[in-house]
Amino acid sequence: MSNLLKRRAVVRQLLRDRGEMLVVGGLGAPAWDITAAGDHDNNFPLWGAMGGAAMIGLGLALAQPNRRVMVITGDGEMLMGIGSLATIAAQRPRNLAIVVLDNERYGETGQQLTHTGLGTDLSGMARAAGITHAVLVRKPRELADFQAIAAKGSGPAFAQVKVDPEKLPLVLPPREASYLKNRFRLSVLGKTALHD
Amino acid sequence: MSKAANSKKVAGMAWPGKVHALFRRAAIRQVAIVPDAGHAQLIRLVEADRSMRLVRLTTEEEGVALLAGAWLGGERGVLLMQSSGVGNCINMLSLPLAAHFPLLMLVTMRGDHGEFNPAQVPMGNNTQKVLEAMDVIVRRADRDDDVADTVDGALRLTFNTFRPAAVLIGQRVMGAKDFRKLANGNDNE
Repeated sequence: MSNLLKRRAVVRQLLRDRGEMLVVGGLGAPAWDITAAGDHDNNFPLWGAMGGAAMIGLGLALAQPNRRVMVITGDGEMLMGIGSLATIAAQRPRNLAIVVLDNERYGETGQQLTHTGLGTDLSGMARAAGITHAVLVRKPRELADFQAIAAKGSGPAFAQVKVDPEKLPLVLPPREASYLKNRFRLSVLGKTALHD
Repeated sequence: MSKAANSKKVAGMAWPGKVHALFRRAAIRQVAIVPDAGHAQLIRLVEADRSMRLVRLTTEEEGVALLAGAWLGGERGVLLMQSSGVGNCINMLSLPLAAHFPLLMLVTMRGDHGEFNPAQVPMGNNTQKVLEAMDVIVRRADRDDDVADTVDGALRLTFNTFRPAAVLIGQRVMGAKDFRKLANGNDNE
């Protein structure tokens, strides 16, 4: 029995007391995970745009500086957009947290190994990019500590959470992208969103 | 073109100031860039403008994703790049295309009028075709005094109709960089 954290439990804990927090879910398992925790108007789950989740979070965090923004994505997705860590560090958005659920696998395509399973230290890369609050999480206590830091809004904050490479049932969010965009904008901006 | 004429052309371009004014009028808040010499004046104007945030990217597709996030949060942005960066954006364009996000890309051309560098030609000569193959609306300006009006139309088109558009600013507008003169130690804009 693996003592690695379970991804669905991690995401449930991150989103339990979400309040006004805005959430971007990277394509594949993280999108299913945030949906399993409860589909929400303030979720923007991705069905594509691989490598773009953290940057969507940055644009959103800059546009909504008084709301907390959390990007929840996978190790393969983060690796594809790894330069965005430098871009985010340069902007220093205090309200942005990035959580990488690192199962060291491309889970949707047959569990092929990613670079994090072959020595790449993602949280170290985030720190080296200039994100000061970048941590490796292996235990529930470390996850709670990260949540406390992210909640303070003194970010950007980054967590690489090592999770079990378990295969789980897919919990699919709506997949029509205009619908996802419009429900999110209506929730965040109100009806003026329809007249911008 | 002689170096003197080339430098004069760059220094004397009127479009960057006009396009910056258009950005202000359109309430542009996030300006994402991978730099190009042709965008240098406009970038300086944006940097000096406290109503806009300059976001330096490591690669152009970051900007496509950034501006989708900005729109989700109620802000407008634009993306500046040179033509080589268009190739980096292609798959990420699926996001604004599938979800009908507005996206304006201002692309300064290389591999175009008077190019010196062979490496710029494969992407530069196909920039418009590649964008149009992705169903991005493309407009092009080849004269300094045509750039602002073209950008104005593209700005309104993208934000009124919620789809990606690109304005290609021809190398004829900026003048081609002369690497031989640079190699001989002459300065250049």
